[in-house]
Amino acid sequence: MGLLVAQLLTGLANAAALFLVASGLSLIFGVTRIVNFAHGSFYMLGAYFGVSLMDHLTGGFGFWTSIVLAGLIVGLIGVVVEILVLRPIYRAPELFQLVATFGVILVIQDLTLMIWGAEDQMGPRAPGLKSVVRIMGEPVPQYDLALIAITPFILFALWWLISRTRVGILVRAATQDREMVGALGVNQSWLFTGVFFLGSTLAGLGGAIQLPKGGADLLMDLNIISAVFVVVVIGGMGSILGAFVASVLISVLNVFGVAYIPQSTLVLMYVVMAVVLLVRPYGLFGREEKAGEHGQVGEPDRPIRPAGTLGKSLVALLIAVLALVPLYGGNFTQVLITDILIFCLFAASLQFMLSVGGLVSFGHAAYFGGGAYAAALLVTYADTPMELAFLFAPLAAGLLAIVFGWFCIRLSGVYFAMLTLAFSQLVWSLVFQWYDVTGGDDGLVNIWPAAWLSGTTAYYYFTLIVGIGGIILLRHITHAPFGYALRATRDSARQAEATGINVKLVQWTAFATAGAMAGLAGGLFVFSKGSVFPNELEISKSFDALIVVFLGGVKTLSGGVVGAAFMESVKDWLTRLEYWRLILGLLIIFVVIIAPEGIVGTLRKAAERVGLRRTEEFMR
Amino acid sequence: MTSGTTAPVLRVENLVRTFGGVKAVNGVSFEVMPGELKALIGPNGAGKSTCFNMLMGQLKPTAGKVFLKGEEITGKPPRAVWRRGVGRTFQITGTYQSMTVAENVQMALMSHHKRLFSILPHAYKVYREEAIELLDVVGMADQADRACAILAYGDLKRLELAIALSNNPHLLLMDEPTAGMAPKERINLMQLTADIVRDRGVSVLFTEHDMDVVFAHSHHIMVLNRGELIADGNVEEVRNNPKVQEVYLGGGTLYKQEPADA
Repeated sequence: MGLLVAQLLTGLANAAALFLVASGLSLIFGVTRIVNFAHGSFYMLGAYFGVSLMDHLTGGFGFWTSIVLAGLIVGLIGVVVEILVLRPIYRAPELFQLVATFGVILVIQDLTLMIWGAEDQMGPRAPGLKSVVRIMGEPVPQYDLALIAITPFILFALWWLISRTRVGILVRAATQDREMVGALGVNQSWLFTGVFFLGSTLAGLGGAIQLPKGGADLLMDLNIISAVFVVVVIGGMGSILGAFVASVLISVLNVFGVAYIPQSTLVLMYVVMAVVLLVRPYGLFGREEKAGEHGQVGEPDRPIRPAGTLGKSLVALLIAVLALVPLYGGNFTQVLITDILIFCLFAASLQFMLSVGGLVSFGHAAYFGGGAYAAALLVTYADTPMELAFLFAPLAAGLLAIVFGWFCIRLSGVYFAMLTLAFSQLVWSLVFQWYDVTGGDDGLVNIWPAAWLSGTTAYYYFTLIVGIGGIILLRHITHAPFGYALRATRDSARQAEATGINVKLVQWTAFATAGAMAGLAGGLFVFSKGSVFPNELEISKSFDALIVVFLGGVKTLSGGVVGAAFMESVKDWLTRLEYWRLILGLLIIFVVIIAPEGIVGTLRKAAERVGLRRTEEFMR
Repeated sequence: MTSGTTAPVLRVENLVRTFGGVKAVNGVSFEVMPGELKALIGPNGAGKSTCFNMLMGQLKPTAGKVFLKGEEITGKPPRAVWRRGVGRTFQITGTYQSMTVAENVQMALMSHHKRLFSILPHAYKVYREEAIELLDVVGMADQADRACAILAYGDLKRLELAIALSNNPHLLLMDEPTAGMAPKERINLMQLTADIVRDRGVSVLFTEHDMDVVFAHSHHIMVLNRGELIADGNVEEVRNNPKVQEVYLGGGTLYKQEPADA
């Protein structure tokens, strides 16, 4: 009994930081409708600033002042980010905003590395609260009790701010109808900036207040963000109370998980989320998100046509050149092109659902890594011949996508994106923690292709055929009736339903197709490397695909492939630089703000402007 | 005009829809006969759009029944209602912006012929001739290969009509077909609709604010006020109906004058 109580108290104490970060994210989303992926970075900055300030400000007063100051500094950084990065793109499609905040993550990561170095920072213990209290015989840290006592006050303060002050009225009004608040003469820009300040401050406070329990390190940002997303999704986007309840739920669950089923702590969190969403798709305290009448923001996509003779000839020429590579290129070139082709197929599969279907998935790595792991597991445990295991990769990934897709398709927009992300984290945590089967962090090794494909050149041709075949297949489906049906659901779901199209079924099928093709890429990947590790399932893998689709051009058909080829080619050179994340992050932000059409879209426009390419007949 | 022996295309029985405590539609019953062009009019907030959305399945009725050619379709989703032969146009057009005019119609034809999940042919060639024929009916064939995104609003409305005809409907539901159009375009579009009713034997039920359009073309008119049907008859009957005059002309109030003895 005593142990139970002690564990419960630990859980409640852990909930404090989680709640601070989650409520900030929820608040920002409620008003600006932006899901700030960089919110975890603000949390990390709060921790680092907290450590530095505590070095100088000593004693109990210094400790608490440091926490508050760290929060305020991070709040100001949030304001800078909001003004520089987000203001120019409030009217852009939500995908652009999400990608921009991901650019911010990369920039902050490298800036933190520059300032504080790579070493983990120990958090100082809170002066005056260093010992433990015995509760029913079990030791409970005093600081935990302090956190438990503080959290309700923060909840109350936020509640009071939101429901009792003029600012709160504006915030609530903006949450419900931004345009109306603007029309009533409220300066929206500063309202947004103010909310961003408040939200970032909360994240910074969260980072600083957990210092005595956790310290500061460079992985904090991505580590907390998935937990925060789970909390916000369970609690309901935009609900402070929801963030509180879900933070407590998740933290307590985690503590008990660690104690009783240590193999599944991470998985547990995502299972709870899936269950909650089954019953309440918009979270415990969330309200149904009313999507706009028509999904697309900004300039509509152009009509599409299959490639003409010129286009087909160029592709044929490219394939011919690639087929000749082994004659003059060495091993290194062949391996590099193999990697590029695999990534191109992965990106093409995401582009299919994202651009053609308007389904912004943030967890596409689940199907790439899922396919790779499925094949690897078969080889490892059933001695399956490579050919059979390889076929199983797209099959397993497709099945996974059918299951996850069934949940995700019921939601749309940001909720859809968050849920896809959470599901991919579920797969990742399963693989990461189920050491006995998946090898955990050690991965699965010795997954080599069959004898007839074992040479670099043989596998190069295999990848060339399967990879390009997959890309062409996806492209053909885009031009086929099914691809058109998918575009119809994206352009106007209402019109599609009113003309006999089962929108959800079409989207679900597209989800499964994209998943299977990502699995195919994963199958190619695992046999080319001979091994697979959990990082193929990580958030950053999903983001890689998103970023290349974005760089290439979201509103084009070939953007994913072009972007992937570009990125994979320069990655080798780029990652040799010490601060490559900074450069990449700035590049992403630059593209989002200055050239949102991406490489392909920008080239197309430029070619039209100088007369190299005629404006398509249907645009006249 | 309609004979008593033919069965109605659409029969609505005692339709009710409440939003919270508000009865947006309160016990509406009517019929639409084959080949009939029938208008549903009423002041703002009378419940016209709510009524429409229940017929097409966008909204589930709180109570009441809807029959299409004798078969009950109450509460079925829009796509199921469409498959049974009901076409619909919206007050705000919802065409596919990234497709050409012809492709928009082809899309509906592919749906009608259950080819949505086909991945073999190139979609832009599928049912192209049929699409051009339908576009010809609404006078849009010459714009078949233009992107929908660059069409004038009046042309979008005509395109929507062609799409609505693609499943050979028994009944067309048109929600404010002429909203947002120039006066001359309005007359043209309603004339076009009347021609389609005559030539194809389709029944049309439409809502409309423009009384010139309503009285010039409808065979029958229904008047809805505060969720209740207060008139259902031919043009003359409705024009001379004192309750209708009260709603449209009288008193400056849309609310029923509750007499002292009520």
